[in-house]
Amino acid sequence: MAKMNLLQAINSALEIAMTKSDKVYSFGEDTGSFGGVFRATSGLTEKFGKHRNFNTPLVEQGILGFANGLASQGSYAVAEIQFGDYIFPAFDQIVNESAKFRYRSGNEFDVGGLTIRTPYGGGIAGGHYHSQSPEAYFAHTPGLKIVMPRNPYMAKGLLLSSIFDPNPVLFMEPKRLYRASVGEVPEEEYTLELGKADVVREGSDVTIVAWGAQVEMAEKAADKAAEAGISCEVIDLVSILPWDVETVAKSVFKTGRLVVTQEAPLTNGFASEVAATIQQECFLYLESPIMRVCGLDTPYPLCHEKEYFVDHLKVYEAVHASMNY
Amino acid sequence: MAKDTKHQLEIVTKPAFLDASALKIPMLQILKEDGTLHKGVKAPDMDKNLALKVFDTMQFIRILDERMIAAQRQGRISFYLSSLGEEAASIGSAAALQADDMIMGQYREQGALAFRGFTVEQFMDQLFSNERDLGKGRQMPVHYGCKDLNFMTIASPLATQIPQATGYAYGQKMDKSGTCTICYFGEGAASEGDFHAALNMAAVYKVPVIFFCRNNGYAISTPSQGEQYAGDGIAPRGVAYGMKTIRVDGNDIFAVYQATQLARKLAVEENEPVLIEGMSYRMAGHSTSDDPTGYRTREEEDSWRAKDPVARFQKWLLAKGWINEDDAQANYDEKKAAVLAALKEAEKVPAPHIDELIEDVYDTPPKHLKQQLEELKAHIRKYPDAYPKTASRLNGGDK
Repeated sequence: MAKMNLLQAINSALEIAMTKSDKVYSFGEDTGSFGGVFRATSGLTEKFGKHRNFNTPLVEQGILGFANGLASQGSYAVAEIQFGDYIFPAFDQIVNESAKFRYRSGNEFDVGGLTIRTPYGGGIAGGHYHSQSPEAYFAHTPGLKIVMPRNPYMAKGLLLSSIFDPNPVLFMEPKRLYRASVGEVPEEEYTLELGKADVVREGSDVTIVAWGAQVEMAEKAADKAAEAGISCEVIDLVSILPWDVETVAKSVFKTGRLVVTQEAPLTNGFASEVAATIQQECFLYLESPIMRVCGLDTPYPLCHEKEYFVDHLKVYEAVHASMNY
Repeated sequence: MAKDTKHQLEIVTKPAFLDASALKIPMLQILKEDGTLHKGVKAPDMDKNLALKVFDTMQFIRILDERMIAAQRQGRISFYLSSLGEEAASIGSAAALQADDMIMGQYREQGALAFRGFTVEQFMDQLFSNERDLGKGRQMPVHYGCKDLNFMTIASPLATQIPQATGYAYGQKMDKSGTCTICYFGEGAASEGDFHAALNMAAVYKVPVIFFCRNNGYAISTPSQGEQYAGDGIAPRGVAYGMKTIRVDGNDIFAVYQATQLARKLAVEENEPVLIEGMSYRMAGHSTSDDPTGYRTREEEDSWRAKDPVARFQKWLLAKGWINEDDAQANYDEKKAAVLAALKEAEKVPAPHIDELIEDVYDTPPKHLKQQLEELKAHIRKYPDAYPKTASRLNGGDK
């Protein structure tokens, strides 16, 4: 075990994957010998050469088009989009190409070797275009897997699973935690199951569901609730497509209450999907309406980021309201 | 003359703007419209066997296209896209490649696929979305694909295959496979952002890819000159991205073949990406959903009929003595009968089973898809008359 931050964990996963197979390629804007604007790909060019880890021209649709082609050829393409906010020029390549490649060809061809890495989320004074959480746009697309780790240990194991998973994976990295989240991480290779939620903390009164960086807010809210005598069960969804309905439903059967929290705006976010499914699965067990604690339906603000941010106090208030409904 | 050392540029002291006339790219033509060679020009290195295979494929595709347009009019298939008038562009280029080179097409390259050996039955299975279709009946007619023949499955979105070709060729180069990728698209698709991304990246990475633009004059109804672009077509863009570029008469089988043969050599032996612009004309509508009388004249179409690539090549073959009128006609009749027979047979083959609906979304169907399929099947059982194609094939054992 070693102490690593989230970036080091990702770097370690990439290094292991590239050592394991010489068909693994890593590329994106500034990701070559410079190592990426966040340094996630540091040292990879030195170790594996400039044909395995390299810069791309500044064109997101080209990065994903290139990545789809490379993956369809039988390689493992690990493409970095510098910020989740800039993934939209590549939307067509992801939604119409990556996601449908296997289905439309009747399994003649696939891009299972594709992994798209992109930092997402707020809390870094990034304003409109360095703060968004665009996962819900992609979760509406059959054929993709979407994985969002919450800490270094999860990030490394999940990224290794994602790279070698036989399906295209969108791997969204919580950039607020890149350096802030530090933990014990095995130095060797290990994998974590995709599509399996993680019960971070057991409890009996209210279930809180979150994913990625927002799990931290759920845990802090659970701490505060504990002081008030409320026992929260915190579940990290880990993967939002496909997502682990069973683990969440099992918890809600027990607690009878559910709070879902996400960084992204409220309307049509993934929290809505969780709420709709769980009310159907657990209707007769619910003691209070399912609550969603989300960003406002505005673009991501700069000077009012603290107010906009879905912090633990907002999550705690929902827990409290759920208990006192 | 003074030089800027950083950018290696010549320095001038008077302002001067360049315009499109700075780069006027000529067009390679070997076989004239009358089917004879230009004076003093040799036919490219195409032996009799290959020439006959090329001509055979041209004839087959023309029969297939004409017959399937009629089948669509009769309501037997939902939709069709013809390659009428552009047979030389796809078949002549495919003939210059090796069987293990990857082909990434748009949707008007059925000639290249036929040249690779896709059978008339395979064409029909796709067109009728039956259970033998390699694509499992999931895409509209003409969206062919075949891994065994290295022909990437066609997708409707335009130009998405162009950067994919760059990525595929990167993998071929890294694998030291000695193969290349050819990527077809129209002059309309060349306006899409994906085209620019693809060419720039291919030139930067030096990958073995041949971009083949079929400039057929129209994107549905939009004419190329003046409305799709204001410059000298597509070819100058290749030069601007720093790649070897050539413009050919797309209706001249020899020009297409020779240019592609040379391009393949550059791509595979020197990792030089190449852009070929083939000048041609879409003789039919964009698709069976389109009626060209609304945007172009009969006279214009007739002027291109005189440049027909199949008739042009046939004249050359006749003069060369490699075919004769009687054999050509017999061959044509035989092919037509085979197309008709395959059509009649394929339309009787049932659609894929409903269970295929959830296959291949992922490598294995996840739980939520299995559940959705079971719910759908229960619904179909409840209302069998509303879903006759499927209801009769659900066995009683299913829940």
